[in-house]
Amino acid sequence: MKNVVEILNLSKAFNSHVVLDNVSLKVEEGENMVVFGQSGTGKSVLLKCIVRLLEPDSGDVFIDGIDVIKLNMKELNKVRKNLGFLFQGAALYDSMTVRENLEFPLIRHFDFTTEERETKIKSVLEKVSLEEAIDKMPSELSGGMKKRIGLARSIISEPKLMLYDEPTTGLDPITAKEISSLILELQKLLKMTSIVVTHDLLCAEIIADRAIVLNEGVVMYRGSINDLTSSSDSFLRNFFSHDIIQENNRRN
Amino acid sequence: MNSLDKRINEFFIMIAGLWQFQIQYFKELFIPPYEIEQIRKHMDELGIKTLPIVSVTGFIIGLVITMQMHPVMVRFGAEAFLPGSVGISIVRELGPVITALIFAGRVSSGIGAELGSMRVTEQIDAMEVSGVNPFKYLVVTRVFACTFILPILTIYVIFIAFIGSYIAVVLVQNMTYAYYIDSVIYSVEFGDAIPGILKTFVFGFIVGIVGTYKGYTATNGTEGVGKAATTAVVVSSLMILIFDMVLVKITLWLWPTI
Repeated sequence: MKNVVEILNLSKAFNSHVVLDNVSLKVEEGENMVVFGQSGTGKSVLLKCIVRLLEPDSGDVFIDGIDVIKLNMKELNKVRKNLGFLFQGAALYDSMTVRENLEFPLIRHFDFTTEERETKIKSVLEKVSLEEAIDKMPSELSGGMKKRIGLARSIISEPKLMLYDEPTTGLDPITAKEISSLILELQKLLKMTSIVVTHDLLCAEIIADRAIVLNEGVVMYRGSINDLTSSSDSFLRNFFSHDIIQENNRRN
Repeated sequence: MNSLDKRINEFFIMIAGLWQFQIQYFKELFIPPYEIEQIRKHMDELGIKTLPIVSVTGFIIGLVITMQMHPVMVRFGAEAFLPGSVGISIVRELGPVITALIFAGRVSSGIGAELGSMRVTEQIDAMEVSGVNPFKYLVVTRVFACTFILPILTIYVIFIAFIGSYIAVVLVQNMTYAYYIDSVIYSVEFGDAIPGILKTFVFGFIVGIVGTYKGYTATNGTEGVGKAATTAVVVSSLMILIFDMVLVKITLWLWPTI
């Protein structure tokens, strides 16, 4: 199967602190890849390097065969139009209503008429079950609702690749499970490829086709969630023990 | 590194950052899309936000400067020159500088806090990753709006200050409205009005560029947002006064008044 994302020898350091050290990985078309790791091991940095919100020190990132590291800003923005990114805090534009948040990428990248835009907005809000929030401001939404709207904004342009940065952090277990199921549902519906950074084992169990564990900037383990959680390796046993997961969730 | 060294280091980093930021502004300014709707929205907001405070300040400045100058003019037997001398000081210096300083306090901090908050909550990153140039959308539009709204506000403040000044003149000596207006028009020349207004374009640009720079480069969460807002006011106010000094010399050379 075709690789949608291919990362080769990616390294990133902040001053003398090496966060990513020669990381390589591949994500196949339609696959959901979950990235685990303790706090500060470079999971979010990895996501941000993929979309070049952070410039890596060395290495290459191929999205659909295009090396995004070598692109100029104009070419990079073309690639970015075809991907979605759900931020940890949803990152909704707080001076805009939900409708304006959803309209924002549509107005700038597509030639839809007002009616077509409105139809798309309503359809995407229906997918995340928040039709009634259309004219609300982000400050009027709960944490779970913000995540749903953030998700709606990310998928409104029907991206081929979705990147999730801690999609369930800060949510209660029931809402976290709902968001995880919604991610899976949308992934199947829109046939997207996803990379999900999370500490939430339940979320990973729902979403993941495959997982990797980052530790001290390197990929230590790869495999299915079942392989990782049932591994006899002491690090993995420690990492996936209930207490550690709870501790990681609390810290993040 | 001790505290003084650190501050000096931070100062030079800020100057270098501001220089690069304004170069990027001029590069992006002429590249489409021009975001006209955003510029119009910011001009509306900034103008309306500042209008009440500059109105009150303009009126009081006109009133007070006239009341202060009256006894001095009487001492030199030059009461007839009161409207003219007040007019010149308002048009050449007080109107532009006071309006710019109030604008800096009101607008620069607001922009710093707004963009700072967007930066620390990853809204700017979200914009960038959606393929929209956040510098163009957030910075260029605000700086452009500040540059062009401040001269309009200054002209308005000058007129309000004249009203305050006329009321003070009526309070301290018997003078008709027509005589007052004639006296002002006779004394205030083209060489007084144009440099005064032109320098407000520079002041507006300073307020916009400093506010957006401080907000756009904010770090360290909510603490960083507060710091961005306060330092934006301090830096833009200081820069307005420093640039005023330089611009006075340049305008006197370009438009000699003697």
